[in-house]
Amino acid sequence: MSEVANSRPLLRATGVTKIFPGTVALDHVDFTLQPAEVHALLGENGAGKSTLIKCLTGAYRRDDGDILLNGEPVDPRGTLDAQSYGIGTVYQEVNLLPNLSVAENLFLGHQPTRFGMISGREMTRRARETLSQYGLDIDPARSLGDFSVAVQQVIAIARAVNLSGKVLILDEPTASLDSGEVKMLFDIIRSLRDRGIGIIFISHFLDQVFEISDRVTVLRNGRLIGTEDAANIDRVQLVNMMLGRELEHETRETGKTDLAPGAPWLEFDDFGKKGRIAPFDLKIRPGEVVGMAGLLGSGRTETAETLFGAVTHDSGTARSRGEEIELRSPRDAVAAGFGFCPEDRKIDGIIADLSVRENIILALQARIGWARPVPRRRQAEMAEDFIRRLDIRTSDAEKPVGLLSGGNQQKVLLARWLATNPKFLILDEPTRGIDVGAHAEIIHLIEELCAEGMSLLVISSELDELVAYSHRVIVVRDRHHVAELVGADITTDNMVDAIASAHNGSAT
Amino acid sequence: MSGTARFLRRIAPQLITLAFVLALISVMFPGFFNISIANGRLYGSPIDILNRGAPVALLAIGMTLVIATRGIDLSVGAVMAICGAVSAWGITQGYDLGSTLLMAVVAGLVCGLWNGILVSFLGIQPIVATLILMVAGRGIAQLITEGAILTFNDPNLIFFGSGSLFTLPMPVVIWIVTGLLITWIVRRTALGMLIESVGINLRASTLAGINSRVLLIAVYVTSGFCAALAGIIAAADIRGADANNAGLWLELDAILAVVIGGTSLLGGRFSLIASLIGAMIIQAVNTGILLSGFPPEFNLVIKAAIILIILVVQSPALRTGMAFFRKPRQTDVAKKETVTQ
Ligand SMILES: Nc1ncnc2c1ncn2[C@@H]1O[C@H](COP(=O)(O)OP(=O)(O)OP(=O)(O)O)[C@@H](O)[C@H]1O
Ligand SMILES: [Mg+2]
Repeated sequence: MSEVANSRPLLRATGVTKIFPGTVALDHVDFTLQPAEVHALLGENGAGKSTLIKCLTGAYRRDDGDILLNGEPVDPRGTLDAQSYGIGTVYQEVNLLPNLSVAENLFLGHQPTRFGMISGREMTRRARETLSQYGLDIDPARSLGDFSVAVQQVIAIARAVNLSGKVLILDEPTASLDSGEVKMLFDIIRSLRDRGIGIIFISHFLDQVFEISDRVTVLRNGRLIGTEDAANIDRVQLVNMMLGRELEHETRETGKTDLAPGAPWLEFDDFGKKGRIAPFDLKIRPGEVVGMAGLLGSGRTETAETLFGAVTHDSGTARSRGEEIELRSPRDAVAAGFGFCPEDRKIDGIIADLSVRENIILALQARIGWARPVPRRRQAEMAEDFIRRLDIRTSDAEKPVGLLSGGNQQKVLLARWLATNPKFLILDEPTRGIDVGAHAEIIHLIEELCAEGMSLLVISSELDELVAYSHRVIVVRDRHHVAELVGADITTDNMVDAIASAHNGSAT
Repeated sequence: MSGTARFLRRIAPQLITLAFVLALISVMFPGFFNISIANGRLYGSPIDILNRGAPVALLAIGMTLVIATRGIDLSVGAVMAICGAVSAWGITQGYDLGSTLLMAVVAGLVCGLWNGILVSFLGIQPIVATLILMVAGRGIAQLITEGAILTFNDPNLIFFGSGSLFTLPMPVVIWIVTGLLITWIVRRTALGMLIESVGINLRASTLAGINSRVLLIAVYVTSGFCAALAGIIAAADIRGADANNAGLWLELDAILAVVIGGTSLLGGRFSLIASLIGAMIIQAVNTGILLSGFPPEFNLVIKAAIILIILVVQSPALRTGMAFFRKPRQTDVAKKETVTQ
């Protein structure tokens, strides 16, 4: 829709169109960014948000449309070129260089120089200074690949903020951040806005959208649905604009009252790995959902990787139905009926060039062995089935999964493990980057599967979400399991307390 | 049906290139396509290309699988020399043909196993891991032949170089059968997809429960096996094992065949048939230069130039460049669509 043309827009895009084989990703979309505003870009998975910003920066060649920056037509040819116009971008998939140091990643292309030489010491000092604004106390000389996705995300943001003189674009920057870091990021965004910079912010967290944005633009199926002032619209209206329908069961405030009855079938005793996670005991009942809360780097992902054999444990034993089982590799874990959706879908999850179908049947095929291929017809059926059940937006099952939108890739990963019919599924940030509609669907699906007897370990930074579906929540801090909350004790406040308290965990 | 169409589309650039090279040669040498039959065996330049191209074709089969896992096998030329030496040694020591062939093949498998272990268990980069055997392999072959060219006269072994079956030269039969057999195995089972998966994203594949280590070893072992067959053919062809020259530089031709075949050196999607066509393209170029009577000094330069042209024509940059010209039309279509809605 049209909006009142106040002052001169900072960035104005009209009629932006992008066509991929089989998909019209953007269909004559208009978008206007004012100076000194935070403008949220919203829409379902696959709506075209990432594609729009890639067309703005020239990372994709648009098929049609014009871009004006301060009234001048511009045609950036790529991320670097866009930077020279003062447009800094953090894409959804962090694209830094893992082999280079943190400092080099921060300053690549505009390193501080001294007598014409790159000054390493100066660079490290400036890097440390920059990162401390984000509350990150790490050694900038270490290579980026050593750090978690979240830390990398912060570094990517810091880099883009440094570079953006006029426009800052953030594609789901908060997906892997915890609340403290989000707060810090928002402070920085506000101060940039006050300096007159226009910020485009993509997120599926509506609370964050309402907290930070001045205006919102909603896309659906590659079309512009509308642009509104954030103050004039409420959550329900916004969701309706995004989905084109009402959301049925969005949230649930209370935790699961009762623990799933029955004896534990999985028992981990004194299970741990030096330097990653201190030995812990864990018992899992059939149909039980165990949540796991903690800060970044607290040992949640490490727990998951150790349980799944991705990192081989060096202490303790695992028993399934009383019998000791070997868990030295992911293969062992898969054979024992485990599944694991990792946190970093790009590096640990998707096989980008394989098709959606092949990605979905991959774990199943690996389990039954190379000699017995899943029949082609069956593969196609399974793919179609999951595409429908999880509402995966793709032109067809043969599309390489790397070409799907971020949230849809996440759904493909979930499908891969559901296809194996696991008895114990470990989900590390399963709803990251997933839109509100699909979010509810996935939680609904999880509950259904648990009712059928599957057990689940879910790691999430969204405490509300943990409250909604967990029977039990384990709190992790400093690589130790420090507290366990059960039943009515599962509240966000209790979790926050346990995460924050310096010594002993609170409720048990 | 659509599978066949997709397959044809995949190998079309290679087929067109091959046809183009052959057409070029036949323009210069009108008698090029003449094929005659004598003593129950086909003769003629096209048959000669199939025959001379056998070693590179065989190496390209193993190389394709290795490259699909994002690896490379530089040792295949040296492994050819080892296996040729083993077969010459075996037959001159009086072993029967079966045992001799078995020993040569086992030598190839062991070489592949060695490479595979270095790559998958010790995590050494493939280019470095296989370089070791590339350098050491000729030394090992020399040890077996005791420094001389070990010649033999056993007609049974010679048959693998110059004999014929169903009117086709034996080497041709061997590479075609091996190529089809391995294609059948990797595409009928899930191996092909698992290999591609490991090549595209090793970490994610391992986390999905794929036994990547065993898979990596398997592709290097296959490569060793193919090199052994190539080594036997090469030795049988010259009736002797030349540790210094057998298979010399053929690893590079094999890699080139894979690249011409459109398999990315970054791993992932592969096509054995396309690599085999690639091997034939290389051999056709070789034969064409030979026929043309250019002084041999020019051979390598001309070959390099021709291959450069082939690669440029197939390069993605050129393809996107061509797509660029088609773009305006695409947008028109989109506009029409939106108008109707
Ligand atoms: N390179 C590409 N090739 C083909 N199709 C693509 C490509 N990139 C994106 N698409 C398609 O374009 C559509 C829009 O994708 P886009 O990544 O913009 O979605 P998004 O709104 O960012 O979603 P998400 O919230 O999941 O990140 C999707 O249907 C996707 O499959
Ligand atoms: Mg996106």
